[in-house]
Amino acid sequence: MKRTSLYEKHLKHGGKMIDFFGWCLPLQYTSIIEEHRIVREGAGLFDVSHMGEITVEGTNAGEYINRMITNDISKKEIGQATYSPMCNERGGIIDDLIVYRIDQHKYMLVVNASNTSKDFEWLKQNEIPGVKVVNESDNYTQLALQGPKSKLIIEKLTSFDLGRLKYYRYVFTCLAGFKALISRTGYTGESGYEIYVDNQYAKKLWDAVMEAGEEFSLVPVGLGARDTLRMEAALPLYGRELNEEISPLESGLHRFVCLEKGEFAGRDALIRESENGTKRKLIGFEMKDKAIPRNEYKVLKDNKEIGFVTSGGYSPTLDKSLGMALVKNSGINIGDSIKIRIRKKEHNAKVTGLPFYKRNKK
Amino acid sequence: MKVIEGLYYSKEHEWVKVDGEKAYLGITDYAQQAMGDIVYVELPETGTELAIGEALGVVESVKAASDIYTPLSGTVVDINTSLEDSPEEINNDPYESWIAAFKMSDAGELDNLMDAEDYKDFLEEE
Repeated sequence: MKRTSLYEKHLKHGGKMIDFFGWCLPLQYTSIIEEHRIVREGAGLFDVSHMGEITVEGTNAGEYINRMITNDISKKEIGQATYSPMCNERGGIIDDLIVYRIDQHKYMLVVNASNTSKDFEWLKQNEIPGVKVVNESDNYTQLALQGPKSKLIIEKLTSFDLGRLKYYRYVFTCLAGFKALISRTGYTGESGYEIYVDNQYAKKLWDAVMEAGEEFSLVPVGLGARDTLRMEAALPLYGRELNEEISPLESGLHRFVCLEKGEFAGRDALIRESENGTKRKLIGFEMKDKAIPRNEYKVLKDNKEIGFVTSGGYSPTLDKSLGMALVKNSGINIGDSIKIRIRKKEHNAKVTGLPFYKRNKK
Repeated sequence: MKVIEGLYYSKEHEWVKVDGEKAYLGITDYAQQAMGDIVYVELPETGTELAIGEALGVVESVKAASDIYTPLSGTVVDINTSLEDSPEEINNDPYESWIAAFKMSDAGELDNLMDAEDYKDFLEEE
């Protein structure tokens, strides 16, 4: 198993280590529910160094990326980050990623750990003159500091005025004495930051952030809570809501698909799908019966199978069992009664809006 | 890891407490720690007859669902319905949180289980 630069830190904090797509990472340190609540109420620190970083450089870098992803980055400035699916020619999702515009002709794509080599190969295959694609995943450590108190913690470690950093913007600055990219992004539904540093600073930065966070009861948080947090916020997870057989229009990512921007991989298929209407759609649901829905369980309506659960489980914030499901896109609306087949029984559930949880913006 | 004297233990990390003809069954401290936060317990119905190795119920943590297989054969005579509302009791007090009580069909089957000492040794090997 691959280890991140923070492996020893996880052991020191009592992390319960698991194999996550070949990476040895903490599932939890104390309890998923406890870590989840701390992120909603205070702040939590995640090691997400398993995420891949692929840089694209050259005079045609911007144009090239825009042809590879569904969102439009043509008007994005240095300092901006953009979320986007990346599709195959059939309109299926190869990965979802964040594009950072680093420089006039340089971008960094942050991709899912499980997809890093696949993405890199796909990008290399489609490379054009004037573009250099490099897999830099092994060079960076990525930390995510998430929760309402994360700003107070970061403020102690940098002279940069974080009030100036808007959502989906980033800055290269000095953090606890180390050169870091601080981005106002995250995967929890809370306000927070994602921080990229060179591996050599990883341990020292981890310690500095933990120390600065002590007065705010900062704790390290594992992958378990990362999953429950993102599910409440209805943030899609690759391999669950997204895969190569699911289109971004089906999985509710319309606003990250720009059909008018010009040629890009998957465009023809997505235009057809957009004109004809998607065959499936992603819904949210809440269990009415006591039972826990999990991915791949079947969804039924009026005794007919209409789809399957993509993610499901217990929501610590709402104290309910919730899930998302990909179902036939016809005659299914918020408030409808559906059933989830759990083991041998069918359990009652109700279709809800998404997300399940939205933070209070002051 | 807590192991209590006077109980029988299975290799699947279940405990059995014998009270006359009745046997109470739960999961051990080791099992609850391995599962993490328990959020749901699917109980059997009373009257269900089970053979050794059959699924007695399901304990679900935030992360996963785990089948509980009975290490004894018999008939379910009682279920701990308080776990329906407070499944976390298994985390808080695993040896008090029995899942089901059995009327054993063969008390001799207890010989196949471990005592506290053997279970402690077994845990060390795990």
